[in-house]
Amino acid sequence: MAATDTTATGTAPPVGTSEDLQAALSRVDPVRKRKDRAMRLVVYLAFTLAMVPLVSLVWSVLSRGSGRLDAYFLLHSMRNVFGGMDAGGAYHAILGTLLVTGWAALISVPIGLMVAVYLVEYGTGKLARAVTFLVDVMTGIPSIVAGLFAFALFYLAVGPQKAGIIGSVALAVLMTPVVVRSSEEMLRLVPNELREASYALGVPKWLTIIKVVLRTAVAGLTTGVMIAVARVIGETAPLIITVGMTASINRDVFHENMMTLPVFVYDQYGRGLTSCAPGAVDCVPTINFDRAWAAALTLIIIVMLLNLVARAVSRWFAPKVRG
Amino acid sequence: MLENGALENGLENGDGLENGDASENGDASENGDASENGDASTRRAAVAVADRLAVTGRRSGRGLDRGFRYLAVTSGVLIVMVLAAVAIFLVVQAWPALRAGRSVSDEVGWIPDGSSVLEAVGPLVFGTVLAALVALAVAVPVAIGIALFISHYAPRRLASALGYLVDLLAAIPSVVYGLWGVMVLAPLLHPVFSWLVRWLGWIPLFAGDSAGNASNPPRVLMTASLVLAVMILPIITAVCREVFLTTPTLHEEAALALGATRWEMIRMAVLPYGRSGIVSASMLGLGRALGETMAVLMVLSPGMLYSLKMLVGSQQQTIAANIAAKFNDASPMGHSALIATGLALFVITMMVNMAARAIVARRKDFSGAN
Amino acid sequence: MSQRIEAKDLNIYYGSFLAVAGVTMSIEPRSVTALIGPSGCGKSTFLRTLNRMHEVIPGARVEGTVDIDGVDLYAPGVDPVAVRRQVGMVFQRPNPFPTMSIAENVLAGVRLNNRRINKSDAADLVEQSLRAANLWNEVKDRLDRPGSGLSGGQQQRLCIARAVAVRPRVLLMDEPCSALDPISTLAIEDLVAELKSSYTIIIVTHNMQQAARVSDRTGFFNLEEAGQPGRLVEIDDTATIFSTPGKQATEDYISGRFG
Repeated sequence: MAATDTTATGTAPPVGTSEDLQAALSRVDPVRKRKDRAMRLVVYLAFTLAMVPLVSLVWSVLSRGSGRLDAYFLLHSMRNVFGGMDAGGAYHAILGTLLVTGWAALISVPIGLMVAVYLVEYGTGKLARAVTFLVDVMTGIPSIVAGLFAFALFYLAVGPQKAGIIGSVALAVLMTPVVVRSSEEMLRLVPNELREASYALGVPKWLTIIKVVLRTAVAGLTTGVMIAVARVIGETAPLIITVGMTASINRDVFHENMMTLPVFVYDQYGRGLTSCAPGAVDCVPTINFDRAWAAALTLIIIVMLLNLVARAVSRWFAPKVRG
Repeated sequence: MLENGALENGLENGDGLENGDASENGDASENGDASENGDASTRRAAVAVADRLAVTGRRSGRGLDRGFRYLAVTSGVLIVMVLAAVAIFLVVQAWPALRAGRSVSDEVGWIPDGSSVLEAVGPLVFGTVLAALVALAVAVPVAIGIALFISHYAPRRLASALGYLVDLLAAIPSVVYGLWGVMVLAPLLHPVFSWLVRWLGWIPLFAGDSAGNASNPPRVLMTASLVLAVMILPIITAVCREVFLTTPTLHEEAALALGATRWEMIRMAVLPYGRSGIVSASMLGLGRALGETMAVLMVLSPGMLYSLKMLVGSQQQTIAANIAAKFNDASPMGHSALIATGLALFVITMMVNMAARAIVARRKDFSGAN
Repeated sequence: MSQRIEAKDLNIYYGSFLAVAGVTMSIEPRSVTALIGPSGCGKSTFLRTLNRMHEVIPGARVEGTVDIDGVDLYAPGVDPVAVRRQVGMVFQRPNPFPTMSIAENVLAGVRLNNRRINKSDAADLVEQSLRAANLWNEVKDRLDRPGSGLSGGQQQRLCIARAVAVRPRVLLMDEPCSALDPISTLAIEDLVAELKSSYTIIIVTHNMQQAARVSDRTGFFNLEEAGQPGRLVEIDDTATIFSTPGKQATEDYISGRFG
């Protein structure tokens, strides 16, 4: 027994068994094998299938939108542009989108952040559980309902009207739960040692939260806010019913209609093909569609930039504290 | 607490502020260090930060502490109130139209003559649910496939990049989906739809119009549903992927060690473990599809019928798209009626979402891992 | 049912990292072989190459041969899925499928190949396998209850029953008692002694008393330092290894001087 050398001697199994084994090892039931292969094919196909719309969409927007996306488009409004005129741009819409979304962020970020602080630092018991649940529920509010809410709110306060700020309120309703969720996650990542060290030195809780907790989590919070902004900046439906449309620049979020980029896409698409008089020089039949695609491309670029910058912020500046 | 009291004495305003400023620069680098060197240095940095803060903080009384707490709690309460406010404002605004009964149809163009709001909202609810369910039926199997691809088939290195690609679909604004759906996808779908009507027309969903044709251009509910399916794909995929990735290795190995193929392993270990996750992911997707406006608004040629014909135009309409289409030209009573339909949408999506959350919550209780 | 296993010059890599180097060993049929050694020495990794379970980890590959009864497990044309049918495995932590009942757990492997197994055959097989795993008397009244409701030791015996039910030629056990209390451990050790009469068993253990109690032969794995590949230092009759080992490193380990 001591000689455990490499050659098998002694109780060599019968030859037949060996061949059986050979057969058993090299063959799995062909039905099972085929099923396994078929399912792998299905899974690969599912993935490919999902890539088709993505590629098609990105390609359509790039190929149809890039032609008209230039400095002129970005710096001119639609004022005094009509028919098939080869003119007009999205400046007023971009401005409107930045203003409306900016105000939405201004409303929702402080509230969202404080709710997250409440949940992480103070929240216990029934209220905290209710808040957590309702924040979850809020993420599911359809955007059009948020628009109706903002409309109804201002209707009761100041009567029926359209203004950028009403859209901002609608977007804030959609944005707040996203800010709460991401901020909460970030605040929970701040290790308790930091808080305890601070308390131990007699720093009051509120200052600990501001100077230690929020300071430590600032990169993550920024990322979360940017992603939340990216999420609402493309919202269209609530803005159609609260902010409306216009061809001109309006910098006042508190009065009158404003154009926003997503609504601009919708509006231009809705105008459809223009009929040009035969021999008309300054007339492009597809001008409205062209503008819609260019505006869609602009919108996607803004959203992607926000996402990229958000990721960059979290990658470069985040202190990777232990969770 | 004692220290706190003691420190409060003999402090000056300016002192604190200066310290606060001075700590700005040091702070950042301390935190940076902490991140790299792990626990011990994290704690050291924390003490250093807190040390400086102690000086800054001495000025602060209990009042400020309490004030900050109130601010936080108030924000929490505000969330509760906002959600309540959404419901209340919608009810208040919807009330005139609901109270008007059948006479509402005299004032509001889109409501069929002699119908009340409740009667008129029926076909809209029907259209909304039909569009969303069809979208779900298309999206869920594909999403499960993608999630499995990322979690169990793709090479590990590639997987996260591919996951990011699917997440990109979620970042694209809905209006762009609508534009793509009506201008790119719809023309491509027409031959497919014609084929479906011709060969599968006996299925009510694929029935043709009176002449036995699919509508052209296909601005029909099926097109809208397909666009919706693409739009809800990322959320369903993301949830499924997370659940599949958390399948305990123990169970996967148990299946493999019994001589299971990869697919058999997935069926024995991964899918049973992820079942509730798949259900709740689907519910979340359903919630999204129910409330989505733009894809339907831009793609669908609307009608107000209880019709299953998904390949024919001017049959159905969804609540959200109807609101967006009619709101700007509506009279006060028209606003009220549309808000009433919005209330119905709100209730439906809330129920679906709550069901989804409840399933997720229950999932935490029964843990598959031992 | 049981077969001789021969590993020859086996090198195991994870990517470019050589985890285990140059293992040559021969394992007698119907015997219990224990593999001992400090953590990270590659004994579990080696065990997993005997039914190609290591291939689950991306980048893992093997040089050399593993023969069962003269058939190389790594020969081209050999399917890892088929290998695992012939070489069963029991894991460190009991892992019954949580969504299946006790009976379904036992039948899980069998159903893969034989979907249409009839009811009485299935019942017989469940009983046989559970009896073989010394679990029948404890669970016969609740075969339709979830397997996750059993105690840790019972779950582990359920896993053994599940492995035995597919009638493998070899049974691999990867620290099967490390998550169990002493009484459950004893039950498993008794079971191993009984199963030896029909199966070739290879058991990885951290517990040297256990190795001494249950095994006929013992192999000692070691690694010279972190980053170096693990190696088989020696393999011999258990009595010899624990009384007069051939290598100094083995003696140091067994007498508790390290590891």
